[in-house]
Amino acid sequence: MTAAVASTVPTADAREENPWARAWRRLKRRKGAMFGLVVVVLFVLVAILAPLISPYDPIATSFTQVRKPPSWAHWLGTDEVGRDVLARIIWGARASLSAGLVSVGIALGIGVPLGLLAGYAGGWVDAVLSRIVDAMLAIPFLILAIALAAFLGPSLSNAMIAIGVTATPVFIRLTRGQTIAARVEDYVEAARAVGNPHWRIALRHVLPNIVPPLLVQASLAIAGAIIAEAALSFLGLGQQPPAPSWGSMLNSAQRFIAQAPWMAFWPGFAIFFAVLSFNLLGDGLRDALDPRHK
Amino acid sequence: MSGALLEVKGLQKYFPVKSGAFGLVSGHVRAVDGVDFHVDAGETLAIVGESGCGKSTVGRLVLRLLEPTAGSVRFEGQDLLGLPESRMRAQRRHMQVIFQDPYASLNPRMTVGAMLGEPLMLHGLAVTDAARRARVGELLELVGLRPEHARRYPHEFSGGQRQRLAIARALAVEPRLIVADEPVSALDVSIQAQVINLMRSLQARFGLAYVFISHDLAVVKHIADRIAVMYLGKIVETATTGELFRNPRHPYTRALLSAVPQPDPTVVRERALLEGDIPSAMNPPPGCRFHTRCPYARETCRIDVPELSDDGAGHATACPWWPDLPPAPPLAEGTGNDQDRMRLARLQAAFVTTQTEAT
Repeated sequence: MTAAVASTVPTADAREENPWARAWRRLKRRKGAMFGLVVVVLFVLVAILAPLISPYDPIATSFTQVRKPPSWAHWLGTDEVGRDVLARIIWGARASLSAGLVSVGIALGIGVPLGLLAGYAGGWVDAVLSRIVDAMLAIPFLILAIALAAFLGPSLSNAMIAIGVTATPVFIRLTRGQTIAARVEDYVEAARAVGNPHWRIALRHVLPNIVPPLLVQASLAIAGAIIAEAALSFLGLGQQPPAPSWGSMLNSAQRFIAQAPWMAFWPGFAIFFAVLSFNLLGDGLRDALDPRHK
Repeated sequence: MSGALLEVKGLQKYFPVKSGAFGLVSGHVRAVDGVDFHVDAGETLAIVGESGCGKSTVGRLVLRLLEPTAGSVRFEGQDLLGLPESRMRAQRRHMQVIFQDPYASLNPRMTVGAMLGEPLMLHGLAVTDAARRARVGELLELVGLRPEHARRYPHEFSGGQRQRLAIARALAVEPRLIVADEPVSALDVSIQAQVINLMRSLQARFGLAYVFISHDLAVVKHIADRIAVMYLGKIVETATTGELFRNPRHPYTRALLSAVPQPDPTVVRERALLEGDIPSAMNPPPGCRFHTRCPYARETCRIDVPELSDDGAGHATACPWWPDLPPAPPLAEGTGNDQDRMRLARLQAAFVTTQTEAT
């Protein structure tokens, strides 16, 4: 088996660009998405570099500097026990972003395998999993997260678990639907004809082809998880004092809203910006990865 | 016939039709309803018929990509339908498939090298990475592509090239049987000939048997040794290719043949055109399934189910009345005037380039 049987096809090598390069090119054209991406990267850098760029220790109190308005010494002012608001925003980014990433990571880690299983196996496995998903989706997102967090006990890691578990059903449902659609594709049937075992078809042939919608959903879910973390921390179920978190900063600020509005403004602004950016990025990704768009 | 590579008996596939809020089964689509045929080693059996006659379903049943409702599929004497999942997977080494649409049948997220290497890995045919790479390069050359194409993704290839990749994937495991489900229907006519010629030369070289599923009789005439004509889930006629084109017996076969486009516009033909649509496979007509559209239908055709009966020379027809039917109109007999034909010949000559096919 050496010589070619047929003459080599004379067709010109019309290289199209690969799907990820195409998505990136289309993403770059969207101003909103690029703005979102830049801000997200900025927040991530701030969170990673917090020890280097934070002007003060975020939990060091000072009774001579209580509730000072923004000044050259404290750019964003100080809080009710004299802690620097900027330092707490910077360190709070760690809590918020890690809550977003970890909880969505949990949701993906549980949701994608279960969704693949439900969609690929079908039958009673699908019926049972789908009814559980329906039941969980019937309860409002925040209510379920609060209930779970309260059940697990107040701490940042428990809040992440609670948010992650609450966000899971959406990923199960999305993965299941995409898997059902991909399962009937010719290339999946071809994979079976070649002799692939089922687990390999699911992981090597179905999963890589359903990544784009999961990526979009994940970026939107991070935004939701950041709000949820802030809400849980606001209620005292997330990050525990004195460690900073945007949600708990808002909580302590509400008692001084008239005297020290900067205490409420900056964490609120940070939450707003982070959530907006992830949403813009997710929307942009959805458009860029949609093969029907041109 | 005991030495046949593939032997199919009484093959049936009923798809349940669910309706209503509770998904109750309200009926069955009888996609394939009692099909018998055999394929010898190295031969090509074409299965032809209209859309919806069940020919593609037959292909999937033979490979057990679908589970039949009833019947048996024997490959080299072994009953495939009784095999457990793992044994069936091993068996797939000997029987492969080529699909119609090369844009859908190649995984868009896998490189050509990974796609062709996968069957080698699964069946333990090339153990080391180097051996696998070498074999992938060999396969690509075999179908007229280049070894360095292994690094590319399917979207970087044209339709004809993709179908060559699909053929290479099927060849990777050195099968004895390939089910080709409309392998050229999605391709440009100019590419169709290339792919058909490739399939023929590979067959000659490796002794492959093909089950070639198609609705295009012109293509089938070039590649098939024998033809089985299907109508509404049943085979109505089987014969060798030459015999079927010379002496079509079943009224349905005659209608199909008269619908083949004739490249010579000066030819005037009598056409046996069919009225109406193919009936629903959920509720097929009683008796002979073709009686609703048959120009020669009689009273008994509505009641008696005709058997596919062999004439002893390998030509089987599921119409007991065929000897009484008027002779089929001859095919492709030129009756136009000579001047027109001369012009056509000159025109055609202008398009024929001196092509050298390396076969």
